[in-house]
Amino acid sequence: MNRILIIGATSAIAEATARRYAARGARLFLVGRDAARLEAIAADLRIRGAEAQVHALDLLDTAGHEPMLAAAWSALGGVDVALIAHGTLPDGDACAASVELSMREFAANGGSVIALGTALAQRLQAPATLAVISSVAGDRGRASNYLYGSAKAAVTAFTSGLRQKLHRAGVNVLTIKPGFVDTPMTKAFKKGALWATPDQIAAGIIKAVDRRAAVAYLPGFWRAIMLVIKHIPEPIFRRITL
Amino acid sequence: MPRHAQSQALHDRRQPLPATSWPLLAWGNGRSYGDSCQNTDGTLLLTRGLDRFIAFDTATGVLRCEAGVTLGEILALCVPRGWFLPVTPGTQFATVGGAIANDVHGKNHHARGSFGDHVRSMHLRRSDGEYDVAPRDPLFAATVGGLGLTGLVTDATLQLMPVDGPWMAVESLRFDTLDGFFALSAESSAFEYSVAWIDCAARGRQLGRGHFLRASHAPRGAAGRLPGRPLAMPVTPPVSLVNRLSLRAFNALYYHRQRRPSVRSTQHYQPYFYPLDGIRDWNRMYGRRGFLQHQCVVPPTSARDAIPALLTEISRSGQGSFLAVLKEFGDRAAPGLLSFARPGTTLALDFPRSAAAFALLDRLDAIVGEAGGALYPAKDARMSPQLFRAGFPALDAFVPHIDPAFSSSFWRRVMETP
Repeated sequence: MNRILIIGATSAIAEATARRYAARGARLFLVGRDAARLEAIAADLRIRGAEAQVHALDLLDTAGHEPMLAAAWSALGGVDVALIAHGTLPDGDACAASVELSMREFAANGGSVIALGTALAQRLQAPATLAVISSVAGDRGRASNYLYGSAKAAVTAFTSGLRQKLHRAGVNVLTIKPGFVDTPMTKAFKKGALWATPDQIAAGIIKAVDRRAAVAYLPGFWRAIMLVIKHIPEPIFRRITL
Repeated sequence: MPRHAQSQALHDRRQPLPATSWPLLAWGNGRSYGDSCQNTDGTLLLTRGLDRFIAFDTATGVLRCEAGVTLGEILALCVPRGWFLPVTPGTQFATVGGAIANDVHGKNHHARGSFGDHVRSMHLRRSDGEYDVAPRDPLFAATVGGLGLTGLVTDATLQLMPVDGPWMAVESLRFDTLDGFFALSAESSAFEYSVAWIDCAARGRQLGRGHFLRASHAPRGAAGRLPGRPLAMPVTPPVSLVNRLSLRAFNALYYHRQRRPSVRSTQHYQPYFYPLDGIRDWNRMYGRRGFLQHQCVVPPTSARDAIPALLTEISRSGQGSFLAVLKEFGDRAAPGLLSFARPGTTLALDFPRSAAAFALLDRLDAIVGEAGGALYPAKDARMSPQLFRAGFPALDAFVPHIDPAFSSSFWRRVMETP
């Protein structure tokens, strides 16, 4: 179980996950948009103990998915864990003001993930795992970021269905739902207790993959928070700001 | 409040500097105690996202990495492969960029100099261009110890030193007087590391008593107790837990904890080098008002008078820290124009922040100034511009190397510029 495909490998969570796999001596195939950043990350991972190859691709380019997967399979001779980690955090107000931006962000966070999941489902073989980063934001649409939330809701529903479909084939589909993650962007500010580091999320992802879990809220307390949020009755929910 | 972004996170070492009309300053992991890593009304460039290794030759121990990598991350990578940082300060949470900018020293200054002595090259991004600087370049001497004012260090190449494993052979010797400290220092130069803890509450005939710790990397086959999980200060108490009562009690207990004059042990490198890293958020024990640190160096010619004078002043005040640290630096030329470590004796203490502490520190500064010494900018929040100038005679040679796009709160304070 050491052939790992990471899609969206320049994201903070993906890089932290790759470092943990590198410490296990994994063989990594890294996909992302920025070739120079991918190469810098790969060099770091090799020093940390991994074999690493890179493939630059804008994931909105669906036509590029299949050649990328073919390259990954030929480089690794098969894939044990595929992690889909790419995404953006669009500005809610900007999306509300632009149909074009809304559709593009939905494609980046939802459509491209579904395209990749569909193609990966055809290739992965038991006992592989397809791990997909969704979000707690997909559990219920909220005024502040419902475009992002609806794309993640699509990812959550898609991975739930795919999990059932692939269960008998022995391929596990893991839906990862991180809460607030402290990226370097927000480093200087004081964080509440709800914030986690990318490395904490990465540790949770690897544990969930190893245990062949179905859904992983990261950290785990988000399961309880979202249980409450999901069950607030609409007459109340529509009146509050979240 | 400034209207512009107070910080910008860096993720890519090729990212250009932001174009601003206000000053920039790199901020690594925030382990400097004073305002040398602050930039009020300017923009901090957060470098922790630059945390990648770039190249590591396990045969020669040459490591190239980005500036936001912490010293602990380097050790975690290198110790299992038989390499160690040739110089490390008392925390492994400092970044490589911070270690260069403050030209940090460790307990082996007499043997290995300071951090800058082991930097082979570094890449500097300035508002006027990109520079690869190596030890003979004037910009190298300005950047080592240059408090981040010469531009952004994006990455550096370090020469590590070989070790047999993670273990340290440590010897702790009790001494009753300052003369005992100086005698032990003189006879311990063959040890890689040496430092002393001083009972800063002791007075009169007990003045300057303490424990002298000397150590070397243990040979292959040594083993001891592995470090446990870190403790933590979960809350900030409303008042400092370090006070007159707890100070006297702790220092007396600590001094008497070792009954025999000499004790040998084998320790893991983490508790040996980084005892405070084992207590997460240890600074909270000083309460909401926090603490001030005072670290000075006084030259060999005046150390025998100045150190007892400083300790007398501190013990008379009843203020001070649980861990006062005394060390003799080696007789070596510093790699940086503004390097702090220099021949002489260095004393470091923490004080709970109060009006009385500020007054005490002014009295200590007077003794340091009289002795021809200097204060450590990395740990300072309040020294006078006069003491800074007196302590750093190469200041005039340094100033032309400053990148005009960079500044810090510390710099504006000690240079008395807006």
